[in-house]
Amino acid sequence: MDATVIPSLHAKAYKSDVKPVWCPGCGHFAVLSALTKTLAYLRVPTEDVAVISGIGCSSRLPAYLSGYGFHGVHGRALPLAAGLKAARPELTVIAAGGDGDGFSIGGNHFLHACRRNMDFTYIVMDNEVYGMTKGQASPTTQPDWAKSKLTPHGTGMRRFQPAAIALAAGASFIARGYAGDPSGLTHLLTQAIEHPGFAFVHVLSPCQTFRPEQKAWKQMVHPCALGPTHDAAHAAQLIQRDDGMALGVLYAVDLPVYACAGSRPGDDALERIEAELAL
Amino acid sequence: MTLSLDPRTTPVAAAITGSGGSGAVTAGLILLDAVAHAGFYGLLSRSSGPQIRGGESAVMLRFGPTPVRCLGDRYDLLAALDWGNHGRFSDEIPLDRDSLILADPQAGEIPDAVLASGAAHRALGLRASAKERPGGRANMVAVGAVGALVGLPLAALLTGAERTLRRKGEGVVAAARACITAGFGSIDAHGAPSALLVDPGQRPRRWSINGNEAAGLGALRGGVRFVAAYPITPASEMLEWLAPRLERLGGALVQAEDELASINMIIGSAFGGVPSLTATSGPGLSLMMEGIGLAVASETPVVVADVMRGGPSTGIPTKSEQSDLDIALYGLHGDAPHLVLAALGIADCVLTLEWATRLAEHLQTAAIVLSDQSIGQSRAIIDPPPALSPPSSAGPGQGRRTAKAGADYHRYALTADGVSPMSLPGQAGCAYTADGLEHGPHGTPSSVAADHWAQLDKRRAKLEGFDFGHAWAEIDGDGPLCLVTWGSSRGAALEAAERLRAAGRPTRVIGLRLLAPLRRDALLGAIGEAEVLVIELNHGAQLFHYLHAQRALPPGARSLARPGPLPLRPAEIAAACDRGAAPVPSIRATPGRGR
Repeated sequence: MDATVIPSLHAKAYKSDVKPVWCPGCGHFAVLSALTKTLAYLRVPTEDVAVISGIGCSSRLPAYLSGYGFHGVHGRALPLAAGLKAARPELTVIAAGGDGDGFSIGGNHFLHACRRNMDFTYIVMDNEVYGMTKGQASPTTQPDWAKSKLTPHGTGMRRFQPAAIALAAGASFIARGYAGDPSGLTHLLTQAIEHPGFAFVHVLSPCQTFRPEQKAWKQMVHPCALGPTHDAAHAAQLIQRDDGMALGVLYAVDLPVYACAGSRPGDDALERIEAELAL
Repeated sequence: MTLSLDPRTTPVAAAITGSGGSGAVTAGLILLDAVAHAGFYGLLSRSSGPQIRGGESAVMLRFGPTPVRCLGDRYDLLAALDWGNHGRFSDEIPLDRDSLILADPQAGEIPDAVLASGAAHRALGLRASAKERPGGRANMVAVGAVGALVGLPLAALLTGAERTLRRKGEGVVAAARACITAGFGSIDAHGAPSALLVDPGQRPRRWSINGNEAAGLGALRGGVRFVAAYPITPASEMLEWLAPRLERLGGALVQAEDELASINMIIGSAFGGVPSLTATSGPGLSLMMEGIGLAVASETPVVVADVMRGGPSTGIPTKSEQSDLDIALYGLHGDAPHLVLAALGIADCVLTLEWATRLAEHLQTAAIVLSDQSIGQSRAIIDPPPALSPPSSAGPGQGRRTAKAGADYHRYALTADGVSPMSLPGQAGCAYTADGLEHGPHGTPSSVAADHWAQLDKRRAKLEGFDFGHAWAEIDGDGPLCLVTWGSSRGAALEAAERLRAAGRPTRVIGLRLLAPLRRDALLGAIGEAEVLVIELNHGAQLFHYLHAQRALPPGARSLARPGPLPLRPAEIAAACDRGAAPVPSIRATPGRGR
């Protein structure tokens, strides 16, 4: 940021005119709203924001914000975001998607993004279902949920544990928020964007259409136990005992951020490289 | 027996084989260097056993007074350091009664299969000679002997050894020089007086380069400064060459976790404004198809280099073939026109990659560039390739059409030539969301028919309406016979054409560099009234059927399509021309209905 005062924008300035396709009551509205408040608070110029997504209901997010966006293919938000960040490290890059996009088809990229620790934020809006395709089980769906025709006897598999896997994969910032707690969520997103490195924010974002029972989350969420968030052992314990409903920053440490293009100017010329090929 | 070889007038071909640790490859590299220092052009290929390290290897060298474009039909000389697993290489090193085998009697009997060629043979005590010198090695004695037999001057051999072995220290260099001198001296009555071809002070300094390096250089010349890639045989060396050089130029290479990450990372970096590339082989290209489609639909420029191996599936990773044309052309779901180019040889990798990068950037699309293992992993002595010359419309300075901030910016605005101004993140007043979903001019997703049709028309028209200039093909010669080919097969086709001309059959060779969009009228114009033979190294006659489907071939055009792993040879091509009335492939071809 330079010395001139950057005009503070209202959160509304970060919203585009495009009407979301989400159902009334969808948790993702709250995430959109919290994100606009966060960006306003941080005074990021709208043109310096890039929201990168995959496929799914929550992946429609980029068009609903007024900055740059890329609505990519299923499961590939993280590498898209990583490539953009590598080329343009000065931008505020936010990757977003849902539980299917992020933990099923995108699972491999999730592991390596945690390892790589590039400086951008990853928001997963988890509603434990595939909403866009009209109600199949996702990796975070309970094993006994039998409402999908594809898995009429339930998934038969134990749930994917995003926080535990993020920690094991070496993530440097792990937080959980809830769409029904917008001010808490705004606070978490702010910390995530300010965190130097890969910041994973797992947002419980209920699907009112295919998982109406998720209304009960309101009574089930609770703050995570307090403690030194930089301590890996404490985080491991927290996450081991996690009921999936604990909100807050579960783990945050400063680790070396993946350095890439733009962080060092080149000091050589193509002519010299060509000259080395001559005999 | 000595060979009467004179590399000043006719190319000479020599091969060296040996089991793991025998140093055949080092010997080959030294000889190639010597070739260059003696003023010749050369081409060096290698082959090895399947072991991860230390397997048997063979080097095949051909050199002469003019650029060497293929390995030819036969070898004048085979020097065997030993006979371990030699059978593996017999198809790749054809010998005949005019060939000479140089073998160490201490290495055992020459296998019958090798003698069956009718080649003459000569014993040389490589090991015995090496033993007499401290630190001596049989492969260095062989370098000297081979050099003498093929007409290379001793000074060039010694310089080659010094340059190649410098890193291993003075002792090793000195031992090598002693052995080379001994080997050289053991050959009396040389085939031809060895002499420098040209005074080295006067000629331009030539390059020693392999195809993968040349492709990397072309990409850098085209402006590529970001690469994300996953290692794969036979493309990894391109990435290894690029990694430190990108850093020197202020760019970067990221080793991605898989090919899906690779293609999506370069889409992200290109979206951010940096010309970007990935390199892979067939299996990786298959994985990238969805991503390439995203680049096409979102109009984000990317370059994907495919160094083809034997296919299908895992195939033959270390051998060459030209069987990825179909997937490069047709691998995207939906109607997704894009650029497909192919390098016409090692030196041409520089131009083709530079051109592909500039085209992709200007036309805001994906460019798939086909190379192959024989190009990528063979090393040649070449003249420094010229810079991409105007008036190619996508020449230096063209770049991306940039957007100006203004009210109501439409990223995918319909323009006269189909190319829309492209804004970059960070630019105020013209933000947009790129999308793989079909969209209207603004970029907002749309399933409206008019939007889909308009955007499809735009994405096709921007390619088909573009003036690609003269670089779509290299055309040599003229005549009633026309060989149409691509990639590494062009070398053998050129040599076959030389023989046909010498035998009184003027022949034209068209080597296609731009495969999609196809310059159909230009190709038909270049063919004229000639009789056509389409030449390619794959089982399914992919190029032939593509050109036929595009109605870019005259009636009666014939196909010479053979799969790898062995390269097409000039004699095969010339013989196919002689056969005259070879049948037109029947399966998918229908008799042409004219142009």
